[in-house]
Amino acid sequence: MTAKQPLLEVDALRVDVGERNVLKSVSLEVPAGALVVLMGANGSGKSTLGLTLAGHPRYRVTGGSARFAGHDLLARTPEERARAGLFVSFQAPPEIPGVKNNLFIRTALNAVREARGEPQLDAFDFLEEARGAARHLGLPDAMLGRPVNDGFSGGERKRNELLQLALLRPRLAILDEADSGMDVDGVRALVALVHELRAAGSAFIVVSHYQQLIESLEPDAVLRLDQGCIAERGGLELAAQIARTGFARTAAVAQGA
Amino acid sequence: MQPIVAPTETEPLARALERPYQHGFVTEIESDSLPPGLDADVVREISRRKHEPKFLLEWRLAAFERWQKMPLPEWAHLNITPVDFQAQIYYSAPKSLADAKNAPKSLDEVDPKLLETYEKLGVPLHERAKLAGVAVDAVFDSVSVGTTFREQLAEVGVIFCSFSHAVEHHAELIERYLGTVVPPGDNFYAALNSAVFSDGSFVYVPKGVRCPMELSSYFRINAANTGQFERTLIIAEPGSHVSYLEGCTAPQRDEHQLHAAVVELIAHEDAYIKYSTVQNWYPGDEEGRGGIYNFVTKRGLCEGRRSHIAWTQVETGSAITWKYPSVVLRGDDSRGEFYSVAVTNHLQQADTGTKMVHLGRNTKSRIVSKGISAGRSHNSYRGLVRIAPTAANAHNHTQCDSLLIGGQCGAHTFPYVDAARSDAVVEHEATTTRISEERLFYCQQRGIAPEEATSLIVGGFCQAVLDELPMEFALEAKGLLAVSLEGAVG
Repeated sequence: MTAKQPLLEVDALRVDVGERNVLKSVSLEVPAGALVVLMGANGSGKSTLGLTLAGHPRYRVTGGSARFAGHDLLARTPEERARAGLFVSFQAPPEIPGVKNNLFIRTALNAVREARGEPQLDAFDFLEEARGAARHLGLPDAMLGRPVNDGFSGGERKRNELLQLALLRPRLAILDEADSGMDVDGVRALVALVHELRAAGSAFIVVSHYQQLIESLEPDAVLRLDQGCIAERGGLELAAQIARTGFARTAAVAQGA
Repeated sequence: MQPIVAPTETEPLARALERPYQHGFVTEIESDSLPPGLDADVVREISRRKHEPKFLLEWRLAAFERWQKMPLPEWAHLNITPVDFQAQIYYSAPKSLADAKNAPKSLDEVDPKLLETYEKLGVPLHERAKLAGVAVDAVFDSVSVGTTFREQLAEVGVIFCSFSHAVEHHAELIERYLGTVVPPGDNFYAALNSAVFSDGSFVYVPKGVRCPMELSSYFRINAANTGQFERTLIIAEPGSHVSYLEGCTAPQRDEHQLHAAVVELIAHEDAYIKYSTVQNWYPGDEEGRGGIYNFVTKRGLCEGRRSHIAWTQVETGSAITWKYPSVVLRGDDSRGEFYSVAVTNHLQQADTGTKMVHLGRNTKSRIVSKGISAGRSHNSYRGLVRIAPTAANAHNHTQCDSLLIGGQCGAHTFPYVDAARSDAVVEHEATTTRISEERLFYCQQRGIAPEEATSLIVGGFCQAVLDELPMEFALEAKGLLAVSLEGAVG
């Protein structure tokens, strides 16, 4: 990858879910270490973009391309994408009964570490690291010993996604409404984690509706998605405008009505 | 009712579930077999070849007479292609072992081809390679090939040998105990077994002796069109302690083969018997061609006070598994346990569970059943907890969990409780979980391949049962689970 090439390069991406066309033509670039905020009304395709890039089998690409770190992202399996450094948070992460959280996360981390050519972490080293990260995020130690997301509250599930983000340290994280359902402390921990990972070189696409969070993340760009296309590109002023007037009004203004 | 998922969604799972059976090879060896078919003369001939005492021949013939009058049982949740009992071969032995009088005196004299077979299966028998700390009785079709560590065990008074050897040398024990836990007329397949059983294992642990090593039998069906009807009898005298494990495999063949065994356990006062099974009979192919019909009766009697019997089973093979390892809790304060993992894939079927029959006072039983269904298979748990009027303060706890992989399989639960006392405590918990595409995708998004994700999920699901297996075999069982569901189950 050359210095000028962006980390993620999406070009005219078209995606169907079942019989329905959800993304018409989405083009965007995310340079290494950048933070892009993605806004848009419900149903505009924000979650679809994340899940498509992650390789969810129900999201069918019918046109366009996506390159990640210089490779054809769409040609890879979901786990290969993850190992290459793509992390996509889930709005409603599923529970996995009987599988302890620490075993799950360690298995994931070791798969990613292997791909990076790093040595495997044994249970002891992992636990030390995981406990540190959990404390940072306000998660009790006991959560590591419980089955993955099983019996977790909505907020706990969201924090558990952040815990994995903190440990996996991806090159690009797509956070889909990672703040919704979290209390004030949780949102604060989220902002601190994003800043910390950015300082270490991670890039982000953050989907959020909340002006205050968006401002505190200091984005490089704000994009508005509308009916499966990127309708507007701007900076914090675009986010501020949407917060003031709402999506319907902003869309009308953009179309010159 | 589960929706049928689109092919694109099940694709990684389907890929994951494909893996050929690992033990499907055939040993090319000359066999001495009876012609197919069953009548009183066949029963007499089996008994004659084994040089059995008269009481045993009479016992067999009585069982045969009963069997002829019994109807085929049809109550199980199973779809069974009718077995043609006249097309089966009831006795087949490698030529070198066929005549009990001229059979090899020690394992060194055994046909190398037979030793090689067991070596290939991971159960080396000869002196230099045999498994440390585990005595093995190897049964090939209708006869025992040999038993390791027999002398060392004899030093502490433990008898561990083939059933035929026991008939010859310990006839009084056989006569006293045979059929006392599973009477010949107990059920259709038990009656058939009683008439034609060939070999199996015999264990006797004297008073106060803690058996110094794991005892294990390895059952191999090799010959075509041949049924295996082994008989195992374990007697634990007061205060004794024994752990026994059986493993089973068979070659890959297009026709179904019948395995109808009977296992009887007797635990006297303060005795403990732990009986573990790792069953990996040939399961048939993806279209349900071939595979073993595993129709087995296993029952333990907690005869004495404070006696304790624990069954642990990991059932991954067979076209159809139909068995209910049970415990009759006759002694006061006795305990029965049943831990089971049953895996079905492709078109396999399982109807398995247990019976806990509480007769004595303060008797306790515990049931942990984990059913895993994949492909188009059906997996049923069927259990009975009976509290007799004499069983004051009886207690049972049942935990019954099902895991579904994909959208075309089925899990069924049939728990029966028959409590004649109001002071009985009978608890039942049940859960059903699914390895959905959503869960798999979640794992994949975090970098975990579908095969490994499935094995993680299955491992977590089964852990409580695998923990009950003797340490030497827990790993093997885990590997076997992985292979049976491979890919999806890593």
